[in-house]
Amino acid sequence: MANKNGADRVEVRKTYKQYVGGEFVRSESGRAYRPDGTVNVPRGSRKDLRDAVRAARTAFAGWSGRTAMNRGQILYRAAEMLDARRAEFEELLGGGRKSRAELDETVEVLVWYAGWTDKLAQVTGTVNPVSGPYFNFTIPEPTGVVGIVASDDPALAGLVRRLAPALCGGNVVVALAPEHRPLPALTLAEVLATSDFPSGVVNVLSGQRKELLPWLASHMDVNAVDVSGCTPDEVALVEAAAADNVKRVVKLPAGERSPHLVTAFMEMKTIWHPIGV
Amino acid sequence: MAITKRQAADLAKQTFDYAPAPEAIDHVRIQPRYGLFIGGKMVEPHSKKRFPTINPATEQKLSEVAEADAIDVGKAVSAAGTAFTSWSRMAPSRRARYLFRISRLIQERARELAVVETMDGGKPIKESRDVDIPLSAAHFFYYAGWADKLEWAFPNRRPRPLGVAGQVIPWNFPLLMLAWKIAPALAAGNTVVLKPAETTPLSALLFAEICQQAELPAGVVNIITGAGKTGSLLVSHPGVKKVAFTGSTEVGKLIQRSLAGSGKRLTLELGGKAANIVFEDAPLDQAVEGIVNGIYFNQGHVCCAGSRLLVQESIAKPLLEKLKQRLSTLRLGDPLDKNTDIGAINSKAQLEKIQALVESGIEEGAEIYQPECKLPERGYWFPPTVFTNVSQSYRIAREEIFGPVLSVLTFRTPAEAVEKANNTPYGLSAGVWTDKGSRILWMAERMRAGVVWANTFNRFDPTSPFGGYKESGYGREGGVHGLLPYLELV
Repeated sequence: MANKNGADRVEVRKTYKQYVGGEFVRSESGRAYRPDGTVNVPRGSRKDLRDAVRAARTAFAGWSGRTAMNRGQILYRAAEMLDARRAEFEELLGGGRKSRAELDETVEVLVWYAGWTDKLAQVTGTVNPVSGPYFNFTIPEPTGVVGIVASDDPALAGLVRRLAPALCGGNVVVALAPEHRPLPALTLAEVLATSDFPSGVVNVLSGQRKELLPWLASHMDVNAVDVSGCTPDEVALVEAAAADNVKRVVKLPAGERSPHLVTAFMEMKTIWHPIGV
Repeated sequence: MAITKRQAADLAKQTFDYAPAPEAIDHVRIQPRYGLFIGGKMVEPHSKKRFPTINPATEQKLSEVAEADAIDVGKAVSAAGTAFTSWSRMAPSRRARYLFRISRLIQERARELAVVETMDGGKPIKESRDVDIPLSAAHFFYYAGWADKLEWAFPNRRPRPLGVAGQVIPWNFPLLMLAWKIAPALAAGNTVVLKPAETTPLSALLFAEICQQAELPAGVVNIITGAGKTGSLLVSHPGVKKVAFTGSTEVGKLIQRSLAGSGKRLTLELGGKAANIVFEDAPLDQAVEGIVNGIYFNQGHVCCAGSRLLVQESIAKPLLEKLKQRLSTLRLGDPLDKNTDIGAINSKAQLEKIQALVESGIEEGAEIYQPECKLPERGYWFPPTVFTNVSQSYRIAREEIFGPVLSVLTFRTPAEAVEKANNTPYGLSAGVWTDKGSRILWMAERMRAGVVWANTFNRFDPTSPFGGYKESGYGREGGVHGLLPYLELV
């Protein structure tokens, strides 16, 4: 019997898959591409995108209906799960000091936004002193299904910088993994899958930007698209297609880390409640 | 002292009629023709073109206003650009002073503004006098106070103005929409070029005079008149850094598409198809008043109008009886008459649109009710209308009519009410009528709309943010949230 740690060990390789509706799936199109020349990665299709949006929409009521505290706990759990897999991610990111710094930042971003879930309404909501017998107040609510187009560099932090605030506010997400460096994003899906996010709250697709982006931008059941990872031409494409259903296009700078980024994925609702005996 | 039987019988025989009570117009001077307000002066339009603005209640021409062309738009944007340098660097407390002055001047000239608003737009004088003008003044007063307190609104950030704002507003609340656009823009340190709607330009031109009276630095506010073409020239001008539009969803989408890739900031306040939901425990008489205010206020020319009435099945019959009874007492006619409830439809084009949609409602099988109502011979009028037997798929239940037309649907459970209320691409406003506070909040939580009124409708306040979900647009106007569209947070 061969020593399991011996030189003749046959490695059990991982098949990289997309993450849709809580399941790890290949592209329905059956296609794959090799971004780094060796590993096969699903080349997602328009149909995959539609499936992902449907899964996200189905998950929206449940996720947005969770208590703020519960959402914070789950985001924090994602930080825990990511931190526990540092070695794997370091390798995926290329190793070295830069990778470690990116990982540190990514974990910190998750922890930071985990702490915002139950403070957001207190900091960005208002009680409005209207002239009349009404208790009038404004609270942020999630906009719904958010599309995130992640940048190639940094391949992990770029996605999480936008994913965390979108989820923090109670949105559900369809993310396009970086086209040329999709492995960290696809592996992040495994982290999220073990962090108690309900199925469909986050969906991660891989494939060619030019095949997926137009459909994400024009999908009538997507409420907002974050374009921090887009080229100027892609931003213009998204903005034009977004007009079909008046999507919110989030363009805050890539390095933004603030409650304003969370509310960029949210709607302000104002309620006039009567006062009387 | 009780009256005798005989006296009571005599009284019953008499008919009571309102005597005419028209608001005086002799203190109002509308000039026969207007230019463009650019760089602090009224100037002749380069286009040399003018078009008439009429009183929709009489079809009489009130004045002729300029139609700004590309060169006029360029001059206005350039004047605003020049003024931006000094206005944005001015001590914020000084900016505040000018806005306070404007607010006061609106109050001082309130009656004149109300009369002009009613003559140019057709809305009842009691609405322009009691709603539009006071709220416009209040809006300037509210944002005046913000001008030197922006750092307190956005902790940890340095708020910076954006530059020249190009603003395009609708004809339903001309001066109020102007205030919603200009007050926060100026408080934040931007300068503006504003285009009022082609059918209601006069109050904005009076506002230009107010800017002069306030000695507002030249170019901080520029008013250019014209139709859709002028508006499109304005929003696409490269000198404009921020676009704010209030109007139809159709035009809003065109603007969003046309600005793609331009890097301009955009906020949109678009159409609506609001549900007004009445539960069986609601105080019915109060609810009837609210329904009337929700859909017949300003002839239904309100983006947040309660155009879909959702009534709990158990009270549908008595509620509709009371509503029909109430409709028969609404007074339609001369908008300048202080007793008028329903004024003139804003334009011929709008009247035709309302008529076409009402026609479609009848064809699709809804049951129409209109109270007996004599329409004046001249002008554009439409009687208050209620449709029952409406299915959610009918055009009158899906499309924004922007007229005094109510579609009535019923529901059994709160969950069904929520489902029906949210079954629309719009999401601007919603109403709930119930005696139960916990149910108000339960419903409010579930309705996908930017403003939820409980046991009231169509109420506005400068401190209260207003704006839509979904295809009703994005960005908020009013309150501290209304500053954000006009600032960059560095």
